[in-house]
Amino acid sequence: MKVLVPVKRVVDYNVKVRVKPDKTGVDLNNVKMSVNPFCEIAIEEAVRMKEAGKATEVVAVAVGSTACQEQLRTCLALGADRAVLIQTDLEVQPLGIARALQALQAREQASVVIFGKQSIDGDNSQTGQMFAALTGMPQATFASEVKVEDGQLVVTREIDGGLQTISVKLPAVVTTDLRLNEPRYASLPNIMKAKKKPLDIVTPEDLGVDITPTVKVLSVEPPAERKGGIKVESVDMLVDKLKNEAKVI
Amino acid sequence: MSILVVAEHDNVELKPATRVAVAAAARIGGDIDLLVAGANCAGVAAAAAAIPGVRKVLHADNTVYAHNLAENLALLVADLGKSYSHVLTAHTTHGRNYLPRVAALLGVAQISDITEVVSADTFKRPIYAGNAIATVQSVDAIKVVSVRGTAYDPVADTGGSAATEAVGAVHDAGVSTFIKQEIVKSERPELTAARVIISGGRGMQNGDNFKLLDGIADKLGAAIGASRAAVDAGFVPNDMQVGQTGKIVAPDLYIAVGISGAIQHLAGMKDSKVIVAINKDSDAPIFQVADYGLVADLFQALPELEAKL
Repeated sequence: MKVLVPVKRVVDYNVKVRVKPDKTGVDLNNVKMSVNPFCEIAIEEAVRMKEAGKATEVVAVAVGSTACQEQLRTCLALGADRAVLIQTDLEVQPLGIARALQALQAREQASVVIFGKQSIDGDNSQTGQMFAALTGMPQATFASEVKVEDGQLVVTREIDGGLQTISVKLPAVVTTDLRLNEPRYASLPNIMKAKKKPLDIVTPEDLGVDITPTVKVLSVEPPAERKGGIKVESVDMLVDKLKNEAKVI
Repeated sequence: MSILVVAEHDNVELKPATRVAVAAAARIGGDIDLLVAGANCAGVAAAAAAIPGVRKVLHADNTVYAHNLAENLALLVADLGKSYSHVLTAHTTHGRNYLPRVAALLGVAQISDITEVVSADTFKRPIYAGNAIATVQSVDAIKVVSVRGTAYDPVADTGGSAATEAVGAVHDAGVSTFIKQEIVKSERPELTAARVIISGGRGMQNGDNFKLLDGIADKLGAAIGASRAAVDAGFVPNDMQVGQTGKIVAPDLYIAVGISGAIQHLAGMKDSKVIVAINKDSDAPIFQVADYGLVADLFQALPELEAKL
């Protein structure tokens, strides 16, 4: 059983991003970039499937600029067997990524494709579901537990107000929620080994797909600043302010 | 222009997030039709018809739609949606699940989690956990849009009298099966609909101490939330999480207890009308957004607050 894990290169979650003065986007110069945290959970889940003898091969894939090789190497150090970069300098948007991955899947024929549930830059939460629709696969989104059974996955999903369990026939798409697992750290020997693992580069043209974005970003602005208020000295004062000044209780 | 809004419900109750999506649709302008897809959900369809401003309710009632399986619902919505200029729904876990599938089936982009309608093809949406607001324009023929639950006040739930039209189409992809659902039963309001929320963070130290919030929540009719740190530490379940990757809330009053105020948490609650922070660290970033900050040990402050409310 082959597992394909699409990953995204994003601004590290510890970085406080700043909007560029010309409002064209956020400033990515000299900013630490990482594997999107939910994608790390996806890699971890795939590697655990392999360690449990359920999966035979884990393939990490990214769609983006040549710099994404850095994140793919991280995935290889975390246990992926090989990596594919679908290289483009276009701005990548979810539908375009899903189309590129659909074309790759036609070659790879993976049984399970594990995505992060959202990327922490665009916060879209779309790509996994779009890929599933394009390939006609079922989807188990926001997974907190995945069990591989005969020809299907049994997945517990995080939904508003609780948990839902569904089964999906293979091949299937999973998107990861936070509690699915805790990703490991890459060890130094594994980082060294990762340098020798195969990393193939293809282009959307090679795959015969058009990934031109259809959503135009007109401007990017900082959010309205919320002004800090006052410190109160005591619980009495707090209750008084809430009753008589804010009038919310 | 014609807009298809997909209702969110559990076959019994129409969720308020639906009326927020209708409010966004009204700002786009044009005819608004509301799709209620489910099983034995005539009551929901009737509630949908009572929403003012709705032209007609499309009621698809079949067991294949019983459990909101994304594969079946997306086929139905894409099939109906192709004759509309816009398809809208709430950006809840349910909306997030099937709507991108609809967009891909229609061959168009989706615009997720909008907080403002600028025009019929242009919307504002937060990116980077709300640290930037993007204004985006879709050039696709059909705009597929999910609406943040706090974007607009919900439209009224009475006063309308839309016609209801049965939809006979049965789409069964046959690739996914519902097994079970465990919804936490609570006397308290839902986080995303609550007027008052009290949330605990890592400072609560353990799950048992969350009981300290109960009495206050009872007195205020509040929902109880948590920061990701508290969820990650195993104090409380994930569905209580407020933040970038949890629930986005904007109550009248938000009380953050023992929460430092990481940007990921602030992303989920900074649109609250009044924010109170109780934290023993006077330098905690939460105080920078709090209207009223109390520097105190929560184990003393909470019982005192409960007694004085």
